[in-house]
Amino acid sequence: MMNFDVDALLKSLPTMGWGMLGIFMVIGIIMLIIWILGKVFPVRKEDNKENK
Amino acid sequence: MEQLFSNLLAIDWSTQWKMVVMWIIGGVLIYLAIKKDMEPALLLPMGFGAILVNLPFSGAVTQGVEEGPIDVLFNAGIANELFPLLLFIGIGAMIDFGPLLSNPKMMLFGAAAQFGIFFTLSLASFLGFEPKDAASIAIIGAADGPTSIFVSQFFKSNYVGPIIIAAYSYMALVPIIQPAVIKICTTKKERLIRMPYRPKSVSKTTKIIFPIVITVVAGIFAPKSVALVGFLMFGNLIRECGVLNSLSESAQHELANLVTLLLGLTVSTKMQAEAFLSLETLMIMGLGLIAFIFDTAGGVIFAKILNIFLKEKINPMVGAAGISAFPMSSRVVHKMGLEEDPQNFLLMHAAAANVAGQIASVVAGGLILTLVQI
Repeated sequence: MMNFDVDALLKSLPTMGWGMLGIFMVIGIIMLIIWILGKVFPVRKEDNKENK
Repeated sequence: MEQLFSNLLAIDWSTQWKMVVMWIIGGVLIYLAIKKDMEPALLLPMGFGAILVNLPFSGAVTQGVEEGPIDVLFNAGIANELFPLLLFIGIGAMIDFGPLLSNPKMMLFGAAAQFGIFFTLSLASFLGFEPKDAASIAIIGAADGPTSIFVSQFFKSNYVGPIIIAAYSYMALVPIIQPAVIKICTTKKERLIRMPYRPKSVSKTTKIIFPIVITVVAGIFAPKSVALVGFLMFGNLIRECGVLNSLSESAQHELANLVTLLLGLTVSTKMQAEAFLSLETLMIMGLGLIAFIFDTAGGVIFAKILNIFLKEKINPMVGAAGISAFPMSSRVVHKMGLEEDPQNFLLMHAAAANVAGQIASVVAGGLILTLVQI
């Protein structure tokens, strides 16, 4: 332990990139779904009563 | 009498000092749980367990061929990732996705505040940890105990004990860690940005369909996360469906409490002195702290970048709530907002980002499982 492994660091950088890209992609898709759900299932009178 | 003291006489105290250190650590955890109210539901069982498994010839853990009950519980509930998943049903039943569904752009902060995970993955690799251990350490940054247990157990990491201790300790330290990082990353002017709250109603149908659709999306894009996401969303579906109120209540209280109790005690089997007291444990605690710091900074800096393009500015402190430590993080941001300007109420925005962090941290866990090859 405590041997600095530059090769391992360089190998892990693509994982960092793909990981952050992947998470923003999935979150973007979820945002799109929330937007679509809001359009397809708008708030009805009963929902307003429940929300209150 | 000789029989009675034979065990005591058989102990070689010159080599068993590590056990005494573990008793002290166990005592500190119990103290923090009771006196400082730091995640008491977990730190107290873990502290007691640390003492229990570090008694000479402890019958609580496996000795030779004789299986100990704590190891039996570990194999039955943690080695197969069952306990964290059951806990996720309870957590799902506790979460109200309403603030997020009415303000979906807050989801972006959930994503940005996972940066610490991936940064720590690289840092741990650089420090010489094997990929499976680096990935398990990085997930401390998910600020989500069950996800940390799930991922570290999936990779069969050698450091499950320290990782879980770090994950839960830092979650309890969110009110100390986050304000310091937020202040470093923001100016006073930025912290004073007001964000008016315009609540939008969300239909009941949306609230019911949301957990089902998210499970499907997670299954398609990050299949390895589907167990975590699925159990979380199942708990939320029970809450939102409106016809299973008693099950929802049971999941939020009895199930969550019971699993938490067993989880804390069972995890302690990984706190046996020989394996726990090492330089690696100290490094893991340090890396866990770095993960939390970079998560917070990631969320705040992302908000600042967004502000370059937005007409209606976002208070960058809200970005920090994108970590999964719910609801502590949103409370911290709200409190900081009020300290800067007593008329600035950031709670609902921060809560939306915080709930987004719950989803994003689980997705990040799934991505780590997918991307890290062992």
